[in-house]
Amino acid sequence: MLAQDFDIELRLLIDAIYLKYHYDFRGYARASLKRRLTTAMQHFSCRTLSQLQDKALHDDTVFSALLDYLTVQVSEMFRDPGYFLSLRQKVVPLLRTYPSLKIWVAGCSSGEEAYSLAILLREEGLLERTLIYATDINTQALQKAQAGVYALERIAGFTENHSKSGTSSSLSDSYTAAYGRAVFDKTLTQHIVFSDHSLATDSVFAEVQLVSCRNVLIYFNRELQDRAIGLFRDALCHKGFLGIGTKESLRFSSHADAFVELAREDRVFQKAAA
Amino acid sequence: MKSSRASTAIDAIVIGASTGGVEALGALLPALPTNLRAAVFIVLHLPRERPSLLVDIFKGKCARPVSEAQDKEPVVPGSVYFAPPNYHLLIDKGPQLALSADEPVNFSRPSIDVLFESAADVYGERLMGIILTGANQDGAVGLQAVQRVGGIALVQQPRGADAPIMPEAALKQNPGAQACSLEQLAGLLGTLANGRPLVPPHATN
Ligand SMILES: C[S@@+](CC[C@H](N)C(=O)[O-])C[C@H]1O[C@@H](n2cnc3c(N)ncnc32)[C@H](O)[C@@H]1O
Repeated sequence: MLAQDFDIELRLLIDAIYLKYHYDFRGYARASLKRRLTTAMQHFSCRTLSQLQDKALHDDTVFSALLDYLTVQVSEMFRDPGYFLSLRQKVVPLLRTYPSLKIWVAGCSSGEEAYSLAILLREEGLLERTLIYATDINTQALQKAQAGVYALERIAGFTENHSKSGTSSSLSDSYTAAYGRAVFDKTLTQHIVFSDHSLATDSVFAEVQLVSCRNVLIYFNRELQDRAIGLFRDALCHKGFLGIGTKESLRFSSHADAFVELAREDRVFQKAAA
Repeated sequence: MKSSRASTAIDAIVIGASTGGVEALGALLPALPTNLRAAVFIVLHLPRERPSLLVDIFKGKCARPVSEAQDKEPVVPGSVYFAPPNYHLLIDKGPQLALSADEPVNFSRPSIDVLFESAADVYGERLMGIILTGANQDGAVGLQAVQRVGGIALVQQPRGADAPIMPEAALKQNPGAQACSLEQLAGLLGTLANGRPLVPPHATN
């Protein structure tokens, strides 16, 4: 198959999905999108993307399965422990000064990052006054997130990460293990609102003190990154905080000047005074 | 393909290595000429959680700037980029660098196949792919993509490699690829100055 044909078909497929299902993948980074669609093509036994488009348009179940290829559901609790350590050391002391807290976890996948923050805030005595908005476009992932249940074999990794995040308490205080699964406390979930929201098409919905959006921006091209970072800037209160993925940067964004670095390596920023 | 090669300059070199890779790269990267025009992208499999020291190791040994690839960074000709640990490195149109945290491919993240296939898309026949020592099969399929677009496919001779499995797999998958010793590869890289047409390595087939 010619690379050029593939590019044409990719554009058509993405447009078709937008027109029919209102999911907007037009601003996603091409190379990795292409790779995932090639894998999807094989999974759905299609020879071309046009064939896949046909199936996706006329069969909702194919589309919802395809969504798992278009979005990447890879997550962990306390992923990159240094990030959470930085939040504890540099952001939490300032969060304490607010009588009530709102936090936005954008692109929360199946909830690992949101639960990590809820656990961290409980350890710091702040959870009671906190509401976490955790958003994503993948509704299946959001359902899993709401349930707060993870396979027990993932817990060892989560526990190791957690232990490096600057706490002396144990992750096992936050879940009960049963039948090969770890069920996280409902007292955590009570402070999290999971909802469907797209950084590509939706707008700001609340004012928050902290936005945590990790490993989502790398899937966007620069224009879409700019849109998302603009939303974060607008959602953040005066001198609010923004955390992004370890290998993401604001350097190439047109909003770079709107933020100052707080923890360089761990990618924690503070909104600059206007 | 080969006859038309002589007139095509190389704009990018992708290199994949695993076990023994640091030493092999230690023989190759110092050979890059000062006036290199091609950009160099490298995937070296590393233990997951260890922060990459590769940039520090090679900065002093290389005539060209060496850095860890950053997402959305525009490619600067003549620069050497390493994939960061735990992320795939891809080349996007621009050309610019792109990272992804997608699932490992061939049990590897970064994966050589992912880098090679995306680079083949962007650079076509102006690409050179090199598979070095390693103890797995990553890169074999990626090198095929390099050949498919008319790029140059080179493989370290398994005999001289620290770990022969990866070069063997690459050669098996790509009968058209040339096997070269590290010295030959270094010599070849040394001739890639200023986008000058490539002097092909001595043919082994
Ligand atoms: C790799 S996961 C990151 C999960 C988590 N933040 C972490 O770092 O572990 C990327 C998530 O971004 C979500 N996503 C992709 N496009 C999005 C968009 N336009 N708006 C909101 N979320 C999006 C995906 O569905 C996926 O759950």
